[in-house]
Amino acid sequence: MTKQTNPIPEQDVLQGLKNPLNRRSFLQYTGAGVAASALLLAGCDDDDDMGGNNMPGAVNLGSGDVGILNYAYALEQLEAAFYTAVVALPNFSTLFTSAVERQVLTDIRNHEVAHREFFKAAITSTAANQIIPSLTPVLPPSALASRASILATAKTFEDLGVAAYNGAGKLLTSATFLGIAGKIVSVEARHAAEIRDMIENGTFASGSAGITTGNIVDANGLDVALTPAQVLAAAQPFIKETINASNLPTT
Amino acid sequence: MNIFNILKEVEKVDPEIFDRLDPRRAVFKHFGGFGKKLAAAAIPVAFGSMLNKAYGQTSSPSVREVLEFALLLENLEYHFYLKAAATNIFPAPAGKTAFGVIRDHEKAHVDFLRTAISGLGGAAPTTYTDANFDWTADGLLGNATFTDYPTMLAVAQAFEDTGVRAYKGAAPALITNDTVLQAALQIHSVEARHAAHLRRMRRDMMPNGVANLKPWITMKDRGGLPAAFQGIYDGEEATTQASVNLVGTFNGIAIDANAASEAFDEPLTVAQVNAIVAPFIA
Repeated sequence: MTKQTNPIPEQDVLQGLKNPLNRRSFLQYTGAGVAASALLLAGCDDDDDMGGNNMPGAVNLGSGDVGILNYAYALEQLEAAFYTAVVALPNFSTLFTSAVERQVLTDIRNHEVAHREFFKAAITSTAANQIIPSLTPVLPPSALASRASILATAKTFEDLGVAAYNGAGKLLTSATFLGIAGKIVSVEARHAAEIRDMIENGTFASGSAGITTGNIVDANGLDVALTPAQVLAAAQPFIKETINASNLPTT
Repeated sequence: MNIFNILKEVEKVDPEIFDRLDPRRAVFKHFGGFGKKLAAAAIPVAFGSMLNKAYGQTSSPSVREVLEFALLLENLEYHFYLKAAATNIFPAPAGKTAFGVIRDHEKAHVDFLRTAISGLGGAAPTTYTDANFDWTADGLLGNATFTDYPTMLAVAQAFEDTGVRAYKGAAPALITNDTVLQAALQIHSVEARHAAHLRRMRRDMMPNGVANLKPWITMKDRGGLPAAFQGIYDGEEATTQASVNLVGTFNGIAIDANAASEAFDEPLTVAQVNAIVAPFIA
C-alpha cells in the first residue's frame, strides 16, 4: 500500500483520506494479505506503455474534460475487471445458485465492459495522446470468496460509481459528455439498487451509505455525490498503478 | 384529456408557452379548431410537435423552467405514492414498506425543488394537489390504479422510468449552474434506484411475475406495460453512443445489442415527457 503515500498537495485529498471511507477501513476490509496476493486479472493488459505519465506505475488522469473522462474510464475498468472475475469464477454457479442472480451479475459485467469500451473509444477519438493506459486491478481473494463478500464489494463499487458520476457532472464543460455521463450513471444506480436488494431486499435506496457517513439517500431525497479525490481514496487500494488526479478540474 | 388544461399546466411551468408556440399567439387560437378535428389518438402527437416547436426553436430552457418541470413530475409521483402506499393491496409487507420509502423520497424531492425555486426569486413555486392528477390516465386504467396490484406496480414503473429519462434530458440545460446540476443528478440516480426496485418487484411478483423483466431497460421493451406507454421506452434501443458502436467482442466478452442498449439509459425531451404524462394530468 506504499503507493498511496504519493503526496498530492491538495486539501480535499487530505479530507478524502480522513472521511469515513478512509484507507484504514479499506485495509481492514481487504485484509493484510492483499499486497502479497495481488490478483492480476486475465484480460487486462499490463504491458501498455505509460504514455503521458512520467513515473512508472503512476497514472496521471490529466486535466479538463479529458481528465474527467479518464477518471470515469479508470473506474469502469475497475468495475469491468471485478465482474469479469466474478462471472469467471469456477464456482460461480455454486456461489450463486439462483439463475436470476447469475444473469444479473453477467448483465452487469456486460454493461461495465460496454462502459469501459465506450470511454476507451471516445477518449481515443477525442484526445488519443491523453488516454490513460489499461490499469491493473488488485482484487483481494476475500472479495471473491463468497456470495456475501462478492455482493459487498459490488455494492461498494456501484454506490461509489454513482457517487463519482454525481460529483463529476459539474466538472465537465461539454454538454455532450455530461449527457453521456447521465446515460451511464442511472444504469450504475440500477445496478446499485439491485445489488443492495440482493443483499437485503428493500435497501435499494435506504440504509447506510457505506461509502460515506449518513444514508445512501439523505433527508432531501438526494443520492451521494463525491469528489474525485474522495472516490479515488476508496478505489486506489483496488488499482495497482497510483492514480494522480491532481490536475482534474475542481469546479 | 383536455389539451387546453395541459397547456394551462405548462403555462404554470412556462408562462411564455403561448408565445413560444407563436409569438403573435394567433396561430394558437387556430389550434382550437385544429384540435377538435383531430382523432383523439393523434392529439398527443400533435401536442408533442407543438411543444417541439415551442421549445425546439428556443435555446435551452432556463434553470427555473427545468425546476418547475421537475416539480410537476415529482408531484405526480408523490401524489401517486401517497395514495398507493396507503392501500392494502400489497401481497407482502415488503412491498408496502418499499412504497413508503419511495413516497418519502418523492416528498423530499418536492420540498427540495420548492425550496430551490424559491431561492431563485420571482414567483412562488407552483402548488399541486391530488386534484391536479387523473389516476385513470384519461380512462385508460379505469379504477385499477389503486385497486389492482399489478396495475399499481406498472404505473409506478412507468413514472420512475420516465422520471429517470426526464432528469437525464434536463441535466445538460443546467450545466451553467453547478449547484443545481449536482442536485438534479443526485435526484436522478435516486429515481433510477426506485425504477430498478419497481422492476424487481414486478419480476418477482407472485403469482404472475413479469418473466425476464430486469432492473435495467432492454432495447425498447416496455415490460408488459400498456401499449399507450410505449413512449417511455422508445429510443432506449440505442446501441451506439457518440458514434461508438458498443456491439462487439471485447477481450473475449461478447456484447450483444441487448447488453449494449441496457448499458446506457437515454434522455427524453420536455415535449416527450409531457406527452407521456399528459393523460395523468387532470
